[in-house]
Amino acid sequence: MPVGQLIIEGLAMGACYGLFGLAVVIIYKTSEVVNFAAGEMAMFSTFIAFHVLTFYQCPFWLAFLIALVFAALLGVFIEFFFIRPAKNPTLLGLIVITLGAELLLMGLASWKWGAEQQAFSLPVSYKVTYEPIKGFIISEWAIAVFIIAAIIMTFLYLFFKYTKLGTAMRATQQNKHAAKIMGIQTDHVFVFAWAFSSVIGLIAALLLSAKAILDPQFMMEPFLRAFAAAVLGGLMSIPGVLIGGAILGLLENFLGYAWPVWKPITAFVVIVLVLCIRPSGIFAKHYVKKV
Amino acid sequence: MLKVKNIETWYDLIRALHGISFEIKQGDIVALLGSNGAGKTTTLKTIMRLFYDLKEEQPEKGTIEFLGERIDRKDTSAIVRMGIGYVPEGREVFPELTVLENINIGAYTRKDKKGIKDDLENVFHHFPILKQRTNQQAGLMSGGEQQMLAIGRALMSRPKLLMLDEPSLGLSPLLTKEIFGIIKDINEKDGVTILLVEQNVNMALKYSHFAYLMENGRIVRADKPEVLREDNDVKEFYLGIATEQSVKGYKRYRRKVRFR
Repeated sequence: MPVGQLIIEGLAMGACYGLFGLAVVIIYKTSEVVNFAAGEMAMFSTFIAFHVLTFYQCPFWLAFLIALVFAALLGVFIEFFFIRPAKNPTLLGLIVITLGAELLLMGLASWKWGAEQQAFSLPVSYKVTYEPIKGFIISEWAIAVFIIAAIIMTFLYLFFKYTKLGTAMRATQQNKHAAKIMGIQTDHVFVFAWAFSSVIGLIAALLLSAKAILDPQFMMEPFLRAFAAAVLGGLMSIPGVLIGGAILGLLENFLGYAWPVWKPITAFVVIVLVLCIRPSGIFAKHYVKKV
Repeated sequence: MLKVKNIETWYDLIRALHGISFEIKQGDIVALLGSNGAGKTTTLKTIMRLFYDLKEEQPEKGTIEFLGERIDRKDTSAIVRMGIGYVPEGREVFPELTVLENINIGAYTRKDKKGIKDDLENVFHHFPILKQRTNQQAGLMSGGEQQMLAIGRALMSRPKLLMLDEPSLGLSPLLTKEIFGIIKDINEKDGVTILLVEQNVNMALKYSHFAYLMENGRIVRADKPEVLREDNDVKEFYLGIATEQSVKGYKRYRRKVRFR
């Protein structure tokens, strides 16, 4: 059993799930809405990158930038036109709205790019491999994943901990009313959170697309895995999501190696088990409101 | 400084404020008193425009002027920027932020780093206990400390008018006294005008310069605290001092009073 490679591949996949889980967590952190459209938003933005890359023959970095901008705008658009017009919404209502947005985006993508499968090429390939230590084969793709995940996570950690806007986002999630009283424009905070989440989702989707075939459904499963990672991490804590992702990636890889048939359902078994044993996630810390 | 004219606020079909008018002069401590459900908190929330989510036109009628400018159609954050600080009922600190983060977020609307630093020192001067707890999670503090934190947080926006909603809620008499002392201090030393909403009428009358009495969404009395203190109705119904004797020589068991 090639343990070393299973570990590295598992961790790399886990980092992708964790990264994508971050996109879910950021929105959840500010508004307690689980964004089920996250997968399709990222898929749509990835298709934009693909489109620019193949039809306009742009260099990769330009396509990447265009897709980033598009992802941010898409996040803003969905917040502005789907979430905000809801009058006195309940959380459940908002979640259903995100489901609607998901279907809409998927429909649009199928209409524009068709349901047939496309190949998307990243500059980093998982076919180029190195073997620094015997038995540990690491691909270029995995290296890129680790570096990007580390950068984004550090950035987010610092952002939420030390910047004014980051603190305002946390404050808005904890008590929207009080946040308003502090002069925080909570509407702006929500828009920002959606844009931010959409951009991170796109990065995760680009990394994942190297391993998958591009079609309008390609982010469905990764989204569910990422959601599982987020639940594992408590849906709140940023390091928690990445650790959740890592655990999930490793479990999936090892179980998938031992019993390939069971690989796809690992994530869901994990969700169910976690929700049974620790409903608030492994790393959740929540204070009950004091009177 | 703050002029409220004839405002009406509705919760769906129920009118909570039946046309309220009052005025706050610069440098005063003004108390807004009344029993439960009188509309005190609703008044403050209307001034802050916190009902914006429910309905855009709130207050439905009347005007609110602050420093000569109408604020009854402004955004909450714009009102905060104009210099109204609000300490909500039940403190509402951010439980998972640290004490220091809580205080600093009070200065969210400000950009002058130096001024913020000075005000931080000022808050620590008023509430020394907060200085010892800067890195503690706010949700883990006691009720009194949370109240101090909420007031300190509101002070960080350097308000010209500070509105306090029941600062004594759930606090021991001793702590209430301490908080009121600090409120007085803030009023005198920092020159902040204060609007105080209270159920603890006794305390509020002791510390305020002017008081309004509310009942059923209306203001029924407006006078200096010394006068209200001696008023028989106020004495009986709010201060719990029953001195009145009926003509027959025994105390009437119960008397209903409507101030209208």
